[in-house]
Amino acid sequence: MNIEKGAIPDMKTSAIFIENLVKKFEDVTAVDGVSLQIEEGELFGLLGPNGAGKTTIINILCGLIKPTKGSCKVGGYDVQEDIMKVKDLIGVCPQETAVYPYLKGSENVDLFGNLYSMNKQMLEARRAMLFETMGLTAEANRRVGKYSGGMKRRLSLIISLIHDPQIAFLDEPTVAMDPQSRHAVWDFIKDLKKKGKTIILTTHYMEEAEELCDRVGIIDHGKLISLGSPKELISRNGVKDLEDVFIKLTGRKIREEV
Amino acid sequence: MKFQRMAALTKKEMKKTIRQPAALFLIFLFPIVFVFAFGASFGGLGGGQPVYQIGVVNMDQAAPPQSSLLFIDALKDIDILNIQTYGDNQTAQNELSQGRIQAVMIIPATFSQSLESYRIAPNDPSKWTNASVSLYLDKGSIVATQAIPPIIKQVLTAFIGQSQQAFPSPINLKTTSLEVKQTSTLDFLAPGMFTFASIFLIMIVAQSFTEDRENGMMKRIRISPTTPTDFMLSQVISYLVIALIQAILVFVMVYLMGFRPNVGTSVYVFAFILVLIFSLSNVGFGLIIATISKSSSAATGLSFIFVLPQLFLGTFVGASLSSAAQIAGKFVPSYYVTDALTSLFLRGATITSPVVLLDLAVVSISCVAILAVGILLYGKYYKI
Repeated sequence: MNIEKGAIPDMKTSAIFIENLVKKFEDVTAVDGVSLQIEEGELFGLLGPNGAGKTTIINILCGLIKPTKGSCKVGGYDVQEDIMKVKDLIGVCPQETAVYPYLKGSENVDLFGNLYSMNKQMLEARRAMLFETMGLTAEANRRVGKYSGGMKRRLSLIISLIHDPQIAFLDEPTVAMDPQSRHAVWDFIKDLKKKGKTIILTTHYMEEAEELCDRVGIIDHGKLISLGSPKELISRNGVKDLEDVFIKLTGRKIREEV
Repeated sequence: MKFQRMAALTKKEMKKTIRQPAALFLIFLFPIVFVFAFGASFGGLGGGQPVYQIGVVNMDQAAPPQSSLLFIDALKDIDILNIQTYGDNQTAQNELSQGRIQAVMIIPATFSQSLESYRIAPNDPSKWTNASVSLYLDKGSIVATQAIPPIIKQVLTAFIGQSQQAFPSPINLKTTSLEVKQTSTLDFLAPGMFTFASIFLIMIVAQSFTEDRENGMMKRIRISPTTPTDFMLSQVISYLVIALIQAILVFVMVYLMGFRPNVGTSVYVFAFILVLIFSLSNVGFGLIIATISKSSSAATGLSFIFVLPQLFLGTFVGASLSSAAQIAGKFVPSYYVTDALTSLFLRGATITSPVVLLDLAVVSISCVAILAVGILLYGKYYKI
């Protein structure tokens, strides 16, 4: 599922292109004039506290909700006009642990492999590789209702990547994970990047962003308030880490609102 | 529309039903337990104040003034009887088999003559000209078979002028259908049982859709290339399979308990098709509930908005309700399914008889319409 380069005439290497995006829910403005460009193969972090607008941006990019204003393209395709082509390109790990508890781990993965029209051999090979990578091989044939919270999160990640998408949206993939599972997921994300995948990661863990992201965009109250590599942002603001960057820009800690 | 996606979603839905104890109980075990409990212990039906439709064929050959006309007037004075006269027995029997009337009464040729002979010699039975009023009853109605004969008998006795019913009478009441075959309570309940089982799909569908919304699965499916058509068709197919299994289980259960209607295989096939069409409306009602419910627990409670009317106005329990409730029953699809099955299994109607075809038409049109409304509403408020 490679991005068709010819489909991106004005943005040769842009995987994501967002221009003046606005989303209002009645009188609440969840996204307020965000413009952003993410390059192909980039690991980009959207940082901000809960309710900042990160998930709303992801939902618009996936075609789940329509923007009030502005436009966005994924893989060169306009999300509003070519949503089926966008769906073929993307994989999304939602914030909630969306798995069927009454199905086995392998059955959950197979269901979504079939929804992406994967052939049987490819599906079995990808499933085995991903279960192995995420340390879930021994649990593959257990019903998910008996998994721990961390195991469900890892399974959710496998489901979102089973069809080998070119662009992955990972919405808080490590939330509520134990440190061991979190580091396993970090390694997995790094490996994805090595394979040339474009990854958009939302998180409110600043250390996660510093560890993984090429660039980060800090979102607060629906606005993109800062953009750059973690080092650039730290250096530009004269602080020691991204947490301090956020405090300096907003006057509060990122996790106060969690 | 892609078969691979639909097959995967259908398989998922079936596993979901089989592996969730609560759903498994509600869909499969509850109807079986209910059928067993009702079939084994249902001893009688309570009643409101129904009006019985009686067809009268007057064969009295006496010269006017005929006593039979006065007898018919006496019957018309009874509030709970609605008397319609027919010129010939065949027409009246046809109406009875279509379920439009609940009994046919044939007044014999010698009715007036018999009554006259009694009045001349009331204490000498040897001088009477004996006659029999034949009463054919709707074998599909337990209430009709139990309630109508004593009412007619009482009116007849009073009309003859006898003070005690135990005395010999020149005119007897012959209830033909009851003498031919003793119909059990289970026979009356079975058509409703077929209808009953599928009604609980409303709750299962409503819960399934709201749960998938709550746990993010609907969102996940929407992000995939699955089209709304793939998704909805797979859901409908899943619930049709479930409804078919339910109908088979109920049939096996009532068969084991002694239900043996004298009908051919085609009638059974027709019955299963009718139940499957009916299940579409329950999927539709489930989607409407899923649309208005914020959570799966709310969906469970709200499902009773549709479950209870379908259950009480449209299945076997409806036979004992008041006439007003029976009129209300005509607004629920289950009524027509039960009516068609009763006509086929108990009244001896054929698949091509007008009443059955009319029921089929009403069920088909209403069920497809309800399903369409359910899909449109759900699609409007929660994108598929």
